Amino acid sequence: MAILHIVNKSPYERDSLTSCLRDAKSGSGLILIEDGVLAADKRGKFAGALGDASKGMKVSVLGPDLDARGISRDNVVDGIQIVDYAGFVDLVAEFDCPQSWL
Amino acid sequence: MSTVKKFLFLNRKAPYGTIYALESLEVVLISAAFEQDVSMAFVDDGVYQLLKGQKTDGIGMKNFSPTYSALGDYDVTKLYVEKESLEERGLTVDDLMDLKWEDEDDDWAEKDSIVVVSAAELADIMEQQEVILSF
Repeated sequence: MAILHIVNKSPYERDSLTSCLRDAKSGSGLILIEDGVLAADKRGKFAGALGDASKGMKVSVLGPDLDARGISRDNVVDGIQIVDYAGFVDLVAEFDCPQSWL
Repeated sequence: MSTVKKFLFLNRKAPYGTIYALESLEVVLISAAFEQDVSMAFVDDGVYQLLKGQKTDGIGMKNFSPTYSALGDYDVTKLYVEKESLEERGLTVDDLMDLKWEDEDDDWAEKDSIVVVSAAELADIMEQQEVILSF
């Protein structure tokens, strides 16, 4: 079963992303939404972990949540795709099961 | 009789994901309306509240970041940003909004509202307060 992992918490405030990356299998998906998008900034300290994860997982970030927080799309870690809400729905349909890390 | 107290609003959350940042601004403006001596501190994810270029059309929420530019008109002119929090996030003061206030005691000179301080300096600033409100 291929899982789509959904992370909506800031990685600086909670360990949702760290736990998710630890427990996710290669071939699964990860989408960062809401405050979770702060992890996708290539200048931040989670850039390395996400860059590594994107080699085995399909990693996405919700563009409108980046825009709201003033994180430039140009500053998103290489290997992460930026999606809109329709793209989010496509991902939910593409994977077998969505899993939200609260 | 009116009593003026030194208030510090300690902001530690990113905007939009939770309501804290907006609620803090509301209470800051209320405190300023009661002519209190108001300072704000931005620590941890709170530094994201001041990032320039926030565009919220896509998420259907009000972009309240322009409100920070108006704080100077309410005599809220001390916005302390913790250096360590900026650095951990790969940010510099250039990534933050350019917030100014006009000093009426200095021929209305424009001055920066944002002051980047170290954790040690912020500790001293916190010690000087009479009331600290956490958001």
